[in-house]
Amino acid sequence: MPPGQTPTVPSVVIRHTWPVRAWHWFNAVLLYILLTSGLGIFNAHPRLYWGQYGANFDSAWLELERFGPLLTLPARYDLAMSRHWHLTAAPLFAFGLLAYMLWSLVSGHISRDLAFRRGELEARHVWQDIRNHARLRFPTGTAALRYNVLQKASYIAIIFIVLPVIILTGLTMSPGMNAAWPWLLDLFGGRQSARSIHFIAAFALVAFFLIHILMVVLAGPINELRSMITGRYRVPEDRP
Amino acid sequence: MSLIFTRRAIMLGAGAMLTGCDRIARNDMVRDALFNAENFHKWAQRTLMARDALAREFSPDHISPIFRSNGTNNPNTAEYKALWRSGFVDWRLEVTGLVDRPLSLSLAQLRGLPHREQITRHDCVEGWSAIGKWRGVPLKLLLDAARMKDRARYIVFHCADTMGDGHPYYESIDLVDAFHPQSILAFALNDQPLRVANGAPLRLRVERQLGYKHAKYLMKIEAVDNLAGIGSGKGGYWEDRAGYDWYAGI
Repeated sequence: MPPGQTPTVPSVVIRHTWPVRAWHWFNAVLLYILLTSGLGIFNAHPRLYWGQYGANFDSAWLELERFGPLLTLPARYDLAMSRHWHLTAAPLFAFGLLAYMLWSLVSGHISRDLAFRRGELEARHVWQDIRNHARLRFPTGTAALRYNVLQKASYIAIIFIVLPVIILTGLTMSPGMNAAWPWLLDLFGGRQSARSIHFIAAFALVAFFLIHILMVVLAGPINELRSMITGRYRVPEDRP
Repeated sequence: MSLIFTRRAIMLGAGAMLTGCDRIARNDMVRDALFNAENFHKWAQRTLMARDALAREFSPDHISPIFRSNGTNNPNTAEYKALWRSGFVDWRLEVTGLVDRPLSLSLAQLRGLPHREQITRHDCVEGWSAIGKWRGVPLKLLLDAARMKDRARYIVFHCADTMGDGHPYYESIDLVDAFHPQSILAFALNDQPLRVANGAPLRLRVERQLGYKHAKYLMKIEAVDNLAGIGSGKGGYWEDRAGYDWYAGI
């Protein structure tokens, strides 16, 4: 490349490979079912505790009103049906995550797109990225084709921390799994702690979802949405 | 456009999607799929755990200060009240069905048999847990004494309490759980005779499953080769009435 010349960026690229797109929409449906049926299950006992045990006479760290019918699956309180939805979606979701993790590792998705690059974690770079987000200055040109450092950090946190934690705390609430994998109880400090962490992780996902939607809207919803459906992404032109 | 308006639109959208889900759940194929997840979980858990893998047993300092009760707190039938008034001396546990030697045991006889004591966690399907110390007779002991036939596949527990609609409570487990070392018929909780609220005089403990499987106020244990003829055939009161899973390991 001759000096002084910038690399040419095609105006439309395939941004997301098909496994990313498939997993994204698979998750969108399953997480929606899991959250709403989970709130239905929570309504059966809307109190949270820390430790091995916890019931009405024990002190709860959080006590809520029941979630309303617009938020629960089914709309009308039905613990059995909520559990059917939740326990059907949960294994599909868990094995989906496992498959995605394996694919990411083997295909190089992790090292290519998610791993931090040299210098990215330097305070100055991170601070610059925070300022860019705060001023809603989205990357253009080639930079728009890579995840930025905050994006990478949140994807890594969700895929490798929040999602595994929500699956494992879900399993920790199962008396059968307690017998099969007793270490689960030690890992999370008891069944009621696991239930609390499961709930907190669910709301961390809700927070992620809200910021995710906000970013999509701000970055250009049509272009972003299309890139997650067909893969095609129109690269934003460099600012003059 | 105001934020409240957008929020309202989103809530209505979410509500519409949920109504959609409820409608989808009425489709027979979807319904079958939703109700069959139980089989996957049973298979997965039984595959991952050793047949006799134990539920966690706790030290005495983990015992819940108050062990709450749920479901029936008192059967309140004339028959039960009469048994209770005389301190359950006239109560008998029948062991019947596919056995070569049916048994009829008094509380004193049960107390005279070898015991097991275990401090375990009781997990309600609603989400709460309580830890208590149980003492009782291993179920295996009674099934062996009654010489259960090879044909038997399930053990059914018939209870003294009738729920609001007049149907007696009952539950059932398969032989993997029936012969599990922690499956006991408990007559004491926290070193006291079982209180009425917790299932006096005798209740089942099946520690690798949720609370509704732990039948209280036991009157009769029946070995059967299938569950079709009992109640509405789904293997338990809540399974019949509310569509709860028969396998309650999760």
